[in-house]
Amino acid sequence: MRIIVPIKQVPETTNVKMDPETGTMLRSGLASIINPLDLNSLEAALQLKEQMQQRQQNQQNKDDDHEVIAISMGPKNAHYALKEAIAMGCDRAFLLSDRKFSGADTWATAYVLTQAIKKIGDFDLIVCGERASDGDTGQVGPGIAAFLGLPLATYVSRAQMIAEDVVQIERLVEDGTEILRTPTPAVLTVLKEAGYPRFPTLKQKLAAEEVEIPTWGPDELEADAEKIGLKGSPTRVVKIDKPQVGRKAELVAGRDKADQDNAVQRVVDFLKERNLL
Amino acid sequence: MSIAIDKSEWKDVWTLAEFNHGKMHGVSFELLAWGRDLADDRGCKLCSVVLTDEIGDAELNQLFAHGADMIYVVTHPALKNFITEMNAKVVRKLVEDLKPEVFLAAATTTGRTVMPYVAIQTRAGLTADCTGLAIDPETGELHQTRPAIGGNIMATIKTPDARPQMATVRPKSKKPLTADESRSGDVVRVEMPEEFFVTKMTMDTFIANDLNEIPVEEADIVVSGGAGVGNLGNFALLEDLADVLGGTVGVSRVPVDQGWRPYIKQVGMSGKTIAPKLYIACGISGTVHHIVGMQTSETIVAINTDPEAKIFQVADLGVVGDLTKLLPKLTAKIKEEKERMAL
Repeated sequence: MRIIVPIKQVPETTNVKMDPETGTMLRSGLASIINPLDLNSLEAALQLKEQMQQRQQNQQNKDDDHEVIAISMGPKNAHYALKEAIAMGCDRAFLLSDRKFSGADTWATAYVLTQAIKKIGDFDLIVCGERASDGDTGQVGPGIAAFLGLPLATYVSRAQMIAEDVVQIERLVEDGTEILRTPTPAVLTVLKEAGYPRFPTLKQKLAAEEVEIPTWGPDELEADAEKIGLKGSPTRVVKIDKPQVGRKAELVAGRDKADQDNAVQRVVDFLKERNLL
Repeated sequence: MSIAIDKSEWKDVWTLAEFNHGKMHGVSFELLAWGRDLADDRGCKLCSVVLTDEIGDAELNQLFAHGADMIYVVTHPALKNFITEMNAKVVRKLVEDLKPEVFLAAATTTGRTVMPYVAIQTRAGLTADCTGLAIDPETGELHQTRPAIGGNIMATIKTPDARPQMATVRPKSKKPLTADESRSGDVVRVEMPEEFFVTKMTMDTFIANDLNEIPVEEADIVVSGGAGVGNLGNFALLEDLADVLGGTVGVSRVPVDQGWRPYIKQVGMSGKTIAPKLYIACGISGTVHHIVGMQTSETIVAINTDPEAKIFQVADLGVVGDLTKLLPKLTAKIKEEKERMAL
C-alpha cells in the first residue's frame, strides 16, 4: 500500500504581528512550521499504513511493501517540514521547489502536486489536511482529486481500510456524520479528529537528518509552463487591507469582589435594555 | 493567464442552492442576496442551480421570492446524497454548457468540496470563504474579498481572464432579501447522462446530529469560551449560563486544540461563522481568526481579565474580570430575573 501526503510549510500565524502601516505580515522572526492540519493527515496516513501491516501479518500474507510518502511544494527550506514528516515515520519525501512555481494560486499549486503524484506512480490514497493555516482555502486537496478524476471525501474525521482496496470514511458535515466507502485510489482531506499527531523521538529526528530528500522542478515533473506559478494561476490579488474591527465596548470593572456584583448587575440591565432576557 | 477564452460568451450570475432532506438551507437565500447585487450591476440574470432527488414548486418559488430570475434544476434519486464525483460532474456539465460569468456557492462542506473540484476541471478562478463581493465598475470583473493569514489581512482577489469567476461565500455574512412572493421566473429542468450518477464512492449511513442540541450556527444566543476558561471543568459555568439564557456553548480555537470541546462548536475562521442575537465571549482574547467568525453578531458581551484584550474592540459591553467568579453570579442573577419576569 502506498499513501501520499501533500504537506505545506507555513508561518506560525497564531501570534503573527502585522505592520500597522502597510497591512503586511512581519515575517522576521516568524517560525516556520508544518501546517497543523497536515500533522493530522500525516498521522492518519501512518495509522492506515500500520493498520494494513497489521492486517497482513494476521493473514500471514507475504508482506507487501507499505509506504507513506510526503511531498511539499515550497521554497528550498521547506525540506525541514519534510524531514519532520520523515521523523514522524514517513518512508520517503520529495520537495517540489523552483522559482517558476512561485506566485501559484490553488489551481497552479494543485497542478504541481498532481504532477509529482503522477511521477511517483501508483498509489492507494492521497491524504491531505483539510486546509492550510496561512491561505486557509482548503482548495488544494479537492483540486488534486479533480486533476486525477478520483473519488474525494473532505472533512474526514476517521478513515480505516476495510479491505485491501476499500477505505471507509467518516465525514463531518453541518447536520451530521456521513459514513462513506470508496475503492482506492481515492483522495481524503482530514480534520483534526482523524489522528492525534505522534511526536518523533530524538532517534527518529536524527535518523531523518540522514535521509536525502530529492528536489523536483518543472523539468522533472514535466510540468506545462503555462500551468505553473503566477502565470498558471487564474486568480490575482488586487489589494491587501487591514481587517476593520469596530464597536467600542463600554468597559465595566469586575475584578474585585465589590465590583463583581455591580458588573453582573450592569450586564443584566444591559441585556434587559436590549430585550435579550 | 495563458488560456485565451472569449469572455463575452460567459453570462449571468449563478448561485448553488443547498436543498437536502426536503429542506432548503437558509444559505441558499443568502447567496441570492449577494448574487442579486452582482446581477443588477452586470445587467444580467440571477440564476439558482439546484441538485437534489426531488423538489416541489413551493420550494422552487422560494428561490424566486428571494431574488432568483431563473432556476436550473437537476433531479435524480442518486442526488439524495452528496457524493463529490457525481455532484461535480453535474455542476461541471452545467458550467461548460451554459457558461455563467459568476458562480457563487456557500462556504459549507458542500460548496467547499464541489466548487474546487469543478474549478480545477474548468480552469476557472476560485476564491474561498469570501466575506465581500463587488463588481469593479471599470472592468466589470468580480472583486472577491476574504480574510487570510489567520484573519490578519483582508485580501481582494480577481479572476481577470478565466471564466467563470467562482467564489464560496461565508454563511451568515449577508442577510437574505425580504421574500417577495409576487416574483416568478423560468424553471429549466436539465437532464444529465445516466452514467453521471454511477459513483465509486457510496454512502453507507448518515447519522444526524442530536436535534436537542442547537448547532452553534443556528442558536440565537451563544456563550463562547476560549483559552481563558482554563480547563474542561470550567465549561460547566458556560453551560449553566447558556442553559438559563436558552442558548448553546461555542468555543474559539484553543479549547478545540485542548480537546475540551469538539470542532463542530468552533467559531472563527477555520470553524463556523455565526451571527446570533447575543454572543457572550468568555476568556476569549479576540484574535482576528476568532473575530471574523462572530463579529456580525447583533450584540456582543465580553468577559476577560485583560483590559487590553482585542475582544473588547468588537464588544458592546465588556467586563474586566475573572470568568470563574463572574459567571456563577451572572447565571444566578439572570435566573432570578427570569423568575421575576415570569410572575
